[in-house]
Amino acid sequence: MSLDAKIPQGPLAEKWSKHKFNLKLVNPANKRKYDVIVVGTGLAGASAAASLAELGYNVKSFCFQDSPRRAHSIAAQGGINAAKNYQNDGDSVYRLFYDTIKGGDYRAREGNVYRLAEVSVNIIDQCVAQGVPFAREYGGLLDNRSFGGSQVSRTFYARGQTGQQLLLGAYSALNRQIHLGKVKMYTRTEMLDVVVVDGHAKGIVTRNLKTGEIETHAGHAVLLATGGYGNVFYLSTNAIGSNVTAAWRAHKRGAYFANPCYTQIHPTCIPVTGDHQSKLTLMSESLRNDGRVWAPKTVEIAQKLQKKEITASQVKEEDRDYFLERKYPSFGNLVPRDVASRNAKEMSDEGKGVGTTGLAVYLDFAEAIQRLGEDTVRAKYGNLFDMYLQITDENPYKQPMRIYPAVHYTMGGLWVDYNLSTNVPGLYAMGECNFSDHGANRLGASALMQGLSDGYFVIPYTLGDYLATIGPKKVDTSHPAFEQTKQDVIAYNNKLLALKGNKTVVEYHRELGHIMWEYCGMARTEEGLTKAKGMIKELKADFWKNAIVTGENEEVNAALERAGRVADFIELGELMVTDALNRRESCGGHFRLESQTEEGEALRDDDNFAFVSAWEFTGENQEEVLHKEELIFENVKLTQRSYK
Amino acid sequence: MSGHMNLTLKVWRQKNTQASGKFVTYKAENISPDMSFLEMLDVVNESLTRKNEEPIYFDHDCREGICGSCSLYINGHPHGPKRAITTCQLHMRTFSDGETITIEPWRSAAFPVVKDLATDRSAFDRIQQAGGYVSVNTGGVPDANVMPIPKVIADEAFNSATCIGCGACVAACKNASAMLFTSAKITQLGLLPQGQPERYSRVQAMVAQMDAEGFGNCTNTGACEAECPKEITLNNIAFMNNDFFSAKLFREEHAHDQTGGE
Repeated sequence: MSLDAKIPQGPLAEKWSKHKFNLKLVNPANKRKYDVIVVGTGLAGASAAASLAELGYNVKSFCFQDSPRRAHSIAAQGGINAAKNYQNDGDSVYRLFYDTIKGGDYRAREGNVYRLAEVSVNIIDQCVAQGVPFAREYGGLLDNRSFGGSQVSRTFYARGQTGQQLLLGAYSALNRQIHLGKVKMYTRTEMLDVVVVDGHAKGIVTRNLKTGEIETHAGHAVLLATGGYGNVFYLSTNAIGSNVTAAWRAHKRGAYFANPCYTQIHPTCIPVTGDHQSKLTLMSESLRNDGRVWAPKTVEIAQKLQKKEITASQVKEEDRDYFLERKYPSFGNLVPRDVASRNAKEMSDEGKGVGTTGLAVYLDFAEAIQRLGEDTVRAKYGNLFDMYLQITDENPYKQPMRIYPAVHYTMGGLWVDYNLSTNVPGLYAMGECNFSDHGANRLGASALMQGLSDGYFVIPYTLGDYLATIGPKKVDTSHPAFEQTKQDVIAYNNKLLALKGNKTVVEYHRELGHIMWEYCGMARTEEGLTKAKGMIKELKADFWKNAIVTGENEEVNAALERAGRVADFIELGELMVTDALNRRESCGGHFRLESQTEEGEALRDDDNFAFVSAWEFTGENQEEVLHKEELIFENVKLTQRSYK
Repeated sequence: MSGHMNLTLKVWRQKNTQASGKFVTYKAENISPDMSFLEMLDVVNESLTRKNEEPIYFDHDCREGICGSCSLYINGHPHGPKRAITTCQLHMRTFSDGETITIEPWRSAAFPVVKDLATDRSAFDRIQQAGGYVSVNTGGVPDANVMPIPKVIADEAFNSATCIGCGACVAACKNASAMLFTSAKITQLGLLPQGQPERYSRVQAMVAQMDAEGFGNCTNTGACEAECPKEITLNNIAFMNNDFFSAKLFREEHAHDQTGGE
């Protein structure tokens, strides 16, 4: 199958408006004849479900949590970018576009990214109209702050809880449509398969997590907004429930999976304390606006700090290495995430890490507290400082935070074209679960922007074109494909439930995480990846022999839920490694040790790798087949990224 | 490792909504003070799983205090003994070696037990669905800076908007009242100019739904405020009551019911 991204012709700034005009429309009176399935209720899913219902479509919305408000978008802290240029500091749609393309290390599509920047301004208007309480200045207008990878202040925020406020806004719009009867909400319901009829997605198979019942749902289109796959690493900043299952099962029904090896390791997270740890906690990137990152200049001092013979405040100013400010004078502590993470790892690798494990660097607010006063710092970051204190039992107002990189976001995901359609007609992917807008590295405060852009302002247009094309005739759940897919799901679950071995599913998950972090994490090599591939294959075989899955299907069964998700993560892990092996260049979050500049920065190979890798599933335990979508740059000149 | 603790847990086990439940005693051994409370339960569940026994079921997701999923009633307190945090943010260093910890689900007729420690809080969603929104469609809204909002008002609205919908307020209240939860949304939108057009219909619709769900009334004990992980204040309830009485006494508007209309 050829991969046509369907990027509209014409000048960059006119692509989206021309495309919108060319898209077919569904007559207002006909919209109620169409049923749309939306899986996931995070920013992309909730905003899409609400917006489509407002247009008149009948929407069925699904989430595995007990309420749509709990989707993991709720945990996003720092903010949302928009090219409003309210600060008069030189921002524009083109600059946001440019920063995003460059930040993504030239591995995203120009057309998609420009559209994202273009609609970013509408998102802020929409959220404010819903009553989202963004931070404001004393004059009553909206406040902004700066974020990594940009030199303008374009980030809108609501203290350190921006994701929560945006999600509750989308949730409120969703609630309104539920009240009006245009959205039917299914909570505690997990999607386990896609039903494909004559090559088109026509429905899904779900498990009711309260009763275990396997159910089928039909619709004219299926929209996945099921988030990212960071939990393949076991430890990440994702929620425990965040998983790849919906996207992976779609992949196994024919949807290509794009750029799986592009994962984002966030530089400012609270370091790991021990094996019991179930997740890692992010400290918002906004902290780098005022916090200064440093490590001791010598290994001797670092060792004293690790053994707690001295404290951070006893390290003299001249013995501190503010390594980001030193290496990147123009961006300083605000370099993009991949650059900041790699530098922190480098410090630890050189033996200059701090904390008992030596796997941490400092994020110091002493200078900011002196400059701004403790009250101002508290007003800006209070909830983050409290969170840090709660977890570590250390007071960041008195001593520097210890931070270390952790898996945070996955740029890869289901391959979609400009219309957010996967290669399976009728199957769409939005938000983090698609691959489209962030290239090989996402800039801070851009995930919320993309989720809401897809849901509020892209899919309501592009889906209509597909629906108008296929017409209102329904395929309902009596079609044999529904029963067949349902039986497949039941058989698969029974296979899981039959596992009565001697190792828990969590242990397999932790083991997978270790392999991924070690060999497919911040630095990757041909040798390590090859080894990892073998290890994952063995892990998979062992899982299907020795895992323990307790309980039965016809009840609330967390063990079964987890087992299905971990089984999918293991398969995805192998594909990530395959993709990382195949991409013999460094770009953004994908750092191959074999491909770096003299200064240790990611060295791209544009001649050979300026393409999107889209992988096709060809059968159990078969090698996946690679399809390439060439990336064409008509507006931006590809250069070595420099933040000096 | 030094400093590790051994604890006794008395945990509420209940197979499903219909079944009757009981306390079952478990040992939690070799617990690190750096673990969160949920990580301690993970350890217990891992050992139960290895014995092919059914793990303890509880709702949890983000594990950073924002999703509102976790919901345990620990030693008589929603989210445990410390103030202003959720169970997932409670660390074992709060407890001492040898302690017995009692763990129950939220207790409220409006929150039926799903299994073990997890309850059905969909009543909260239905209260929000009754009117917890500004009726604007996507698109066609004015520029975000057209309407200046005083910083103090925006900050107050934000404070109310930080409610995570966990239900601790209901669990803490002797009347199982949901007034702190309901009033937080009413106050957020009632303070902001965007919320004014529907201010009085909203309060009536949401209060009516709250009553229909079977939550109790407020008798000003203040347990909800004391136990709220996000420190939502009783002022919200005062704001709601004020708007509710204004609506009933002085306003012509009726609780809005758009179903089938427009």
